[in-house]
Amino acid sequence: MSFAERIKNPELKRTVSELNTLQVNLGRLCNLSCKHCHMEAGPNRTEIMSREIMEHVLRVLKNFKILDITGGAPEMNINFKYLVSEAVKLGVHVIVRSNLVILTEPDYEDFLKFYAANKIEVAASLPYYTERDCDRQRGVGVFKKVIAVLKRLNALGYGRDDDLILDLVYNPGGAYLPPDQTELEREYKSRLKSEYDIDFTRLFAIANNPIGRFGEFLRRSGNFERYMQRLQAAFNPAALEGMMCRYQLSVAWDGSLYDCDFNQAIDLKVNGVNNIKDLGYKLECRDIAFGEHCYACTAGAGSSCGGATA
Amino acid sequence: MSEYYKAEDLEKFATMGELAPELWDKFMAYYGAVFEAGALTKREKALIALAVAHAVQCPYCIDAYTHSCLENGANEEQMTEAVHVACALRGGASLVHGVQMKNIVKSLEF
Repeated sequence: MSFAERIKNPELKRTVSELNTLQVNLGRLCNLSCKHCHMEAGPNRTEIMSREIMEHVLRVLKNFKILDITGGAPEMNINFKYLVSEAVKLGVHVIVRSNLVILTEPDYEDFLKFYAANKIEVAASLPYYTERDCDRQRGVGVFKKVIAVLKRLNALGYGRDDDLILDLVYNPGGAYLPPDQTELEREYKSRLKSEYDIDFTRLFAIANNPIGRFGEFLRRSGNFERYMQRLQAAFNPAALEGMMCRYQLSVAWDGSLYDCDFNQAIDLKVNGVNNIKDLGYKLECRDIAFGEHCYACTAGAGSSCGGATA
Repeated sequence: MSEYYKAEDLEKFATMGELAPELWDKFMAYYGAVFEAGALTKREKALIALAVAHAVQCPYCIDAYTHSCLENGANEEQMTEAVHVACALRGGASLVHGVQMKNIVKSLEF
C-alpha cells in the first residue's frame, strides 16, 4: 500500500490553516560531505540562494512564527547574516541548522557571538556522543571540532541560559531506526556532561530518509528493501498529525517551494504555486505531495526536523 | 548446516502459535512486557538480550537483537562489550567446573 493510501483522514493530507515554520535552504554548498546527507551537500556544490530570493523570503515571512535556516552549511552563503538580521527585526524566532565545524574556520569565528546577540536557536548535528561513531558518518576530525564549538557555545550561555537554545540532532549511523528520543537524550546529557562538561537544551532523534546519499548507501549495501519494509512495518498512524509538512513551507536555494526538505532533495514540488517569487502574501492550505520516502517520518515515534512527533 | 538457519525463517516465528494460540499469546504478552522500559532502560535490556543471544548461540536472536540494540541507541563498542560478557560467563562456567574435575581427581589419586 502506498504511503498516501495509508492516510485515511483527508484532513491529514493537507496543511493546517496557519503554518508555523518557513524552512529555507540557503544552498547545497557545505564544508562537509556527511554520509547521511539527503541533500548530497558538499564543498563542490554551487547552488546558493541569491539576495533576490532572500528578499522574497523576507516578504512572505510575516505569515510565519519561525524561520528555520538550513543547507548545506547555511553560514557559507554570503548573505546569511543579512537574512538572519532582517528576520530578527521582523520578530520571528530564527533557528539555524549548523554543522558547527564551519565555525572553527577563521572567516566564521565571530558567528557564535552573532548567534548569541540575536538569540538564534542553534540546532547542531551530532550523530552520537562518541568520536568513532560520529566521525564514521561525518568525516574524520569532525567530533573533536564539534566538541570544541559546543564548549564555546556553552561559555556564551547556550544550552545553559533559558533564552539561548542549543539543540543536538541524532540520526542513526546506518540502516536502522532511531531510538526513543527521551531515553537517548538522557544518555547524551549524561555522557557529554561527564566526559566534556557540555550542556545542551534538548536532543532531536531523526530517522534517516531513504533518498539522496543515504538512499544510495541503502542500494549499494543491499539494505534498501529491508529498510523500506522496516519503515512500513513501523508505520504509526498517531505520527500523521504531527508530520512537519503540515505545519511548514520549504524554500529551496532557487526559490522553488516544497512541503519539506526531503521533497526538496528529490524535487517533488508543492501543489499549486511552486516558486516563492510567485507566492502572494497570504498563504492557503495545500494538498501535501507524498512519496514512499514519507514513511521515514511516520515510523515508530515519528520523525521531523524537530525530532519525534508522536 | 546453512539450510537450518535462514534469515527469512524469522518471519515464520508466529507459526509457532498456530496449534497453540493461547500459549503463544501468553508468551508474546510476557515477551513484550519484558522489553518495556522499567528499572532498566530499553537499551540496557537490548544489550542483555544480545549477550544472551550469543550465549545460547541463536542466529535469529543475534540478528534481531543486533538491530534492536542499534535502534535503542547502543553502538558497536557497547555491543562488543556485551558479547564479551557472554563469552566471559560461558568461559567462566566451563572453567569453574574444573573444580568438579579437581574434586574427583583428589578423591581418586593417592
